[in-house]
Amino acid sequence: MWILDAIFSLPVLVVGLAILGYVAATARAHATAGSNFGTLAAQPRAHGTNAFFSVLIPAVGSFAALSLVRSIGLRQGVETLSVRSIFWLVLSVAAIGCIDAILRSSAGFRARVASEAWIKSLLIAASAIAILTTIGILWSMLFEATQFFRQYDWRDFLFSTDWAPNFRGNSALGILPLLWGTLYVSFIALAFAVPVGLFAAIYLSEYAGQRMRSVAKPMIEILAGIPTIVYGLFALITVGPLLRDHFAQPLGLGDSASSVMTAGLVMGIMLIPFVSSLSDDIINSVPQAMRDGSLALGATRSETIRNVVIPAALPGIVGAILLAAGRAIGETMIVVLGAGAAARLSLNPFEAMTTITVKIVSQLTGDTEFASPETLVAFALGLTLFVLTLGLNVLALVIVRKYREHYE
Amino acid sequence: MKDTHLAERVDTMTQLKISARHVNVHYGETHAVKDVSVDIDANSVTAFIGPSGCGKSTFLRCLNRMNDTIDTCRVSGGIRIDDEDIHDRKVDPVQLRAKVGMVFQKPNPFPKSIHDNVAYGPKIHGLARTRAETSGIVEDALRKAALWDEVKDRLDAPGTGLSGGQQQRLCIARAIATAPDVLLMDEPCSALDPVATAQIEELIDDLRQSYCVVIVTHSMQQAARISRKTAFFHLGSLVEFGETDRIFTSPEDPRTENYITGRIG
Ligand SMILES: Nc1ncnc2c1ncn2[C@@H]1O[C@H](COP(=O)(O)OP(=O)(O)OP(=O)(O)O)[C@@H](O)[C@H]1O
Ligand SMILES: [Mg+2]
Repeated sequence: MWILDAIFSLPVLVVGLAILGYVAATARAHATAGSNFGTLAAQPRAHGTNAFFSVLIPAVGSFAALSLVRSIGLRQGVETLSVRSIFWLVLSVAAIGCIDAILRSSAGFRARVASEAWIKSLLIAASAIAILTTIGILWSMLFEATQFFRQYDWRDFLFSTDWAPNFRGNSALGILPLLWGTLYVSFIALAFAVPVGLFAAIYLSEYAGQRMRSVAKPMIEILAGIPTIVYGLFALITVGPLLRDHFAQPLGLGDSASSVMTAGLVMGIMLIPFVSSLSDDIINSVPQAMRDGSLALGATRSETIRNVVIPAALPGIVGAILLAAGRAIGETMIVVLGAGAAARLSLNPFEAMTTITVKIVSQLTGDTEFASPETLVAFALGLTLFVLTLGLNVLALVIVRKYREHYE
Repeated sequence: MKDTHLAERVDTMTQLKISARHVNVHYGETHAVKDVSVDIDANSVTAFIGPSGCGKSTFLRCLNRMNDTIDTCRVSGGIRIDDEDIHDRKVDPVQLRAKVGMVFQKPNPFPKSIHDNVAYGPKIHGLARTRAETSGIVEDALRKAALWDEVKDRLDAPGTGLSGGQQQRLCIARAIATAPDVLLMDEPCSALDPVATAQIEELIDDLRQSYCVVIVTHSMQQAARISRKTAFFHLGSLVEFGETDRIFTSPEDPRTENYITGRIG
């Protein structure tokens, strides 16, 4: 199977050709210029760069295109292109690019302009990858979700308050209890994290001295580095029992250690650095001249912060909060360990509930085939989550834009 | 030299507003203002001139304690306004700044509407009780700053969207809307065209009736036109201080003469 080795060596060969092209084109440009650089339309280095890209980009592009052709063919049961022919085609594209670029690299060739075009195509490709991936995810989600809605009425899914999957069939798969749990937990988490994070950021950026700042900021940021499973354990072992013993039971609100409150608070702790760190950077980037202007009018420090600094930093702060909200909605581990896995619609924050993400995991673990509504519902749930976060992002954009129009 | 200004104070009609004694300012290791003593009269315009970097802005910022907001900045010496030591523990810098207004060298409008920029001070200090009173103050301040005609139809537009010179006049309007006693102006006309400059000079001339105005300027003509007294700073020291006419016609110190005739700075 030499062809396997050959395919693996292809990247090395292509990069080798690209480097060869760089060296050769640079040398040739030097040679044609002689001692007089002024006759060159571009520096020898630019000729080299152009040759490098002329090898690399067409080779990668042709490899992607040819593999796609092959895989589409295979789906239809025909081998349109052998692996061997892909290997030779890509290699010849690289070689042609290399020779062509070397031949061109003489005095008159505007290599800087040419490599500019290559770089632009590289950047476009990068953003295309990001956009296509999003579309791909959405498409696969939509595809599986339609499978689900063929078997299960969408009205029952969206409006039923009953979540009772049953792997022997006849399940009730209403999203409302899960959606409620998700929103409730996220709400508590944000209600805790946003004020704490924002106030911490204001303290750090406006009041704390240099020394305090250099200690406190990294300390808060450590919170962001703790794995969520560790937070989950903290919720399960410490916060849950604590809340039950000191609040839920004395107040007669139930005796479950797993509760929305537990998960929400612990998630809130996790989110503090998201809010505080970003807000702190944003508040710091408000120009000092703005504060001076307010202080010189006889405003106090806190008046200045409230009336000038926070409004100026608001778009960024909203962004930070929405980032935190996205994390909260997507969080799974803390919920499993802190709030439990029981779907329930209740206002009591000391009761166990669960969220969409938790149920996605639990519907897909277990050995049922990938065709029953009980497993396919995971994709409908995922789609809902996607729409939810998308809505959040759109909301953020609208808020920020409205604000910008008004002030900048 | 240090006591020239005492000799100049022959005109007892004018009242003393600000008196600074042996003021030194350090930024970390930099000695930015060196032993400056100066007396500034009420109801008159005093100009600070001198080459770039000589400490004019720094000294001006001492007068409303804006230097407090810079961590590395240390101010020593005595400054009295209305015969009250502004560094006294009883004096609240916030109150002081309401009384001693300031227009900065670089225009710094808030990212708010034109109206809200001007209404900022009055709102904080409760100078207006109703909406109508506020808009009255805003209009008055904008008129004085020669900006009203240009912005009267777009008071809700952002102040940061104005041109540089308009922004500077907005900042002037903002400062006078708070009705200070003393107005410190750091090169208020450096971004203005001749027409707006003339309007601001007219404003300063009006303000002189009731305010004490201190203005930093790089324009000798401007200093000569609007100020009664002029202080010449050089490398952090106050070189010469006296009646503007005299400073410009017969300076005592060779450095002053060199500067006003354009040989240094
Ligand atoms: N925030 C600061 N931190 C450190 N040094 C400063 C600071 N502000 C001013 N200085 C220094 O203090 C000295 C005086 O500066 P200042 O701004 O008072 O000059 P100026 O006379 O207003 O000059 P210009 O006419 O250019 O405005 C300069 O050497 C400057 O580098
Ligand atoms: Mg200055």
